Amino acid sequence: MTDTVLKLGKYEFKSRLFVGTGKYQTLDLMKEALEASGAEVITVAVRRANIGCKPGESLLDYIDKDKYTILPNTAGCYSADEAVRTAFLAREMGISDLIKLEVLGDKNTLLPDPVGTLEATETLVKEGFTVLVYTSDDPIIAKRLEDAGATSVMPAGAPIGSGQGILNPNNIRIILETLSVPIIVDAGVGTASDVTAAMELGCVGVLLNTGIAGAKDPVQMAKAMKLACESGRLAYLSGRIPKKLYANASSPLKDF
Amino acid sequence: MQITVNGENKEFSTGTSLSELLKSFDFDERYVAVELNRKIVPRVQFSEKLLVENDTLEIVTFVGGG
Repeated sequence: MTDTVLKLGKYEFKSRLFVGTGKYQTLDLMKEALEASGAEVITVAVRRANIGCKPGESLLDYIDKDKYTILPNTAGCYSADEAVRTAFLAREMGISDLIKLEVLGDKNTLLPDPVGTLEATETLVKEGFTVLVYTSDDPIIAKRLEDAGATSVMPAGAPIGSGQGILNPNNIRIILETLSVPIIVDAGVGTASDVTAAMELGCVGVLLNTGIAGAKDPVQMAKAMKLACESGRLAYLSGRIPKKLYANASSPLKDF
Repeated sequence: MQITVNGENKEFSTGTSLSELLKSFDFDERYVAVELNRKIVPRVQFSEKLLVENDTLEIVTFVGGG
């Protein structure tokens, strides 16, 4: 069975794993992990440039722009206005109109503010951005974000950086049944099986950062995540057997 | 003249262009986006944009993130 490409608005990707660039000990290690992950889309954050000292090497020096599509995020924004402002600055970097929209509601949980997220989605869609929006796994707000014009809705499997995996697969399942835009699990992934679980549910992709960057061997974990993503996708496309309460022998029971 | 750059007050000579200011901090123009008094300045205008007393600049760049 051959898989189709993943379409997000006008963009097309073969890889379904999206990886972040944060928390790496060195930029060289990040570069190697990005390569091992096979990801085509990588996320970056927008921050004030440091004017206190001479700028060191730029993150962008380590990212081959012919190879990767850069997905800037609005991480760290706690209001729709702030997120919209950040999105405009990101677009001004001249790389693309893609934006991973995050409007956070609280510093401890890093859970999204649903009202601010919806407001910012409406504004950015009107302004011509391709909006990939981070949200909770609540199916109602997910649907509202789709209605607002988001290109992809990206529910968290678990809180950002928590590594808890897909805490409520039933909600993800309802989101997948209710929405028609591509669903990408964003955040909470701790290990390879979490990625597989998301893909087996029918998500079109998984976005993660800490699960790779925080692993003892990030490069090896990146490879594990890549295989897990492909594996889960293949299993989803293959159609798993239904779960049954009783046994069903694999070997013939008669004619010994 | 006083210019606020990323929240810090800095002194520049009158007639300094945005391009010159960025250069003074060793910023690579390709790697930054700039707001002048909360309005984005397109990169193509960096060299012609002359700064005036009390301008406020916000200079951002991409950093690692998820």
